[in-house]
Amino acid sequence: MQNIMFIWKREIASYFNSVVAFTVVDLFLLITGALFWLSFFSEINVLTMRGFFNQAPLFLAFFAPAITMGLIATEKRSGTLQLLMTMPVTEWQIVVGKFLAACTLLAVMFGCTLMYPLTLDRLGDLDWGATMAGYIGMMLLGGSYCAIGIMASSFTKDQVVSILVAFFLCFGLYLVDQLAGQPTGGVAYAFQYASTSYHFQNIARGVIDVRDVVYYLSLIVVCLYIARTVIASRRW
Amino acid sequence: MANQPSIVVEGLTKDYGDFRALDGISFKVEPGEIVGFLGPNGAGKTTTMKILTCFMAANSGSAKVVGKDVYQESEAVRRSIGYLPENVPLYEDMLVYDYLMFVAQVRGIEGAKREDAIRRVVKLTGLESVVNRDIYELSKGFRQRVGLAQAIIHEPDVVILDEPTSGLDPNQILEIRDVITEIGREKTVIFSTHILQEVSAVCDRIIVINHGKIVADGTFEELSDQVAESARGLVVEVESDTDMSAKFATLDDVTDVLRDGKTYRVLTRKESDVRKRLVALAAAEGIDLVSLRTYQPDLEETFRALTGGKGSVSSNDEEE
Repeated sequence: MQNIMFIWKREIASYFNSVVAFTVVDLFLLITGALFWLSFFSEINVLTMRGFFNQAPLFLAFFAPAITMGLIATEKRSGTLQLLMTMPVTEWQIVVGKFLAACTLLAVMFGCTLMYPLTLDRLGDLDWGATMAGYIGMMLLGGSYCAIGIMASSFTKDQVVSILVAFFLCFGLYLVDQLAGQPTGGVAYAFQYASTSYHFQNIARGVIDVRDVVYYLSLIVVCLYIARTVIASRRW
Repeated sequence: MANQPSIVVEGLTKDYGDFRALDGISFKVEPGEIVGFLGPNGAGKTTTMKILTCFMAANSGSAKVVGKDVYQESEAVRRSIGYLPENVPLYEDMLVYDYLMFVAQVRGIEGAKREDAIRRVVKLTGLESVVNRDIYELSKGFRQRVGLAQAIIHEPDVVILDEPTSGLDPNQILEIRDVITEIGREKTVIFSTHILQEVSAVCDRIIVINHGKIVADGTFEELSDQVAESARGLVVEVESDTDMSAKFATLDDVTDVLRDGKTYRVLTRKESDVRKRLVALAAAEGIDLVSLRTYQPDLEETFRALTGGKGSVSSNDEEE
């Protein structure tokens, strides 16, 4: 448990030391903020965060992998992972520590957008329930993308390959129900269930359903398990 | 438990695809020994170390560190070793102090003792002047010291160093060597190198590896004797320029004569007899002998004889 915290702390320190993390956070805030506010005033009717929660997930599919791309890949390339693995730390602790660090950065990033609902609240009556549900959904979605990103990062020594693989997977999962065309019956349900956006929209509507939460948590666990196994495979 | 060997390796074999990196090596290291791994590039030194540090598994054979199996009790083994990999991987963006603190934490040193541990290794490895610098700013020599510092911060029983002096200038090599000797006072140390002088200067014992096999194991004197045994003979220096090879070769028990200017190496089957007869021969021929001694190979000759002359004694060993 303590080891997870040590690894988390190291990654956090390295995030706040690095240009990459700042660039990613700034760009995300800039793009989503601009898109939200520009359209907000042109078609103002109800005070709601829906516009933000509609656009942000798509950008998250790119920005979350940008946060996680180097987490394992650079350590593999520089050899520090090798050294870390000869210390009394388990692969789970390494992977989970890094995952939590990425989630922390996401939380900070989302925290910066809390200005939007606070501003809206001053203009009138904002539905805080739906807004908070939206943020919880963003965190679950972002966490899943981070887990996918860490998995992709464990596959390679190359950050570029890592981000592209992760981006492909995140984007694919986001759009899978729309790409599938117009299937019916069980197939439609399966595609819908696999889609991250479907579950996100459920939550963003303000209904936190156990099924949606379970979907995200299992996605996270599966991806982290694969990452852990890939790292540990050196040992046998 | 006091007298159990620090390291026991039995029949270790490792394949990388078709390439057999280790071919059934076995050895034992007693507590407090400083052992040098010597061998040409790609001989299997790094592979052996990776297995001992639980980074990689062998295809067959077993390895025990302080009585614990590297595969069965990996975590216990990792607690009792310190490791400096080749090329010294460090977190470039951290301060030296922060890095050592991180290692101290992960290595399981208790909170209150971490500061002391850092202070101790910083002093031992001479890092005082760079503790608050970023690691990426450091020179190669200081990086190497940071690497050494992290390997011993938790006072491990066994310290494994993979080419700790490669790429350093002669002064730095001497300094690192002193640190290794210092560490070796209390700990078992294994280090690999292809600098020959280093092993004779620092090590109690040398293990020579070639093509994944141990070709020699002992103190430098023992190894040198072993080579002298297989290539026994005399070194004769004469005053005249005339070629004496043919004459020396006529002596009984002489198998071969190698000439290098005025110096001859007379290879023999039995040495004691030949010496007298050679002196007699020289007297009969009217040649002045400048010197006559038993052949004792130096480090380089020993190394070359043991590794079949194929050893390149420079550049890095890159496996995998």
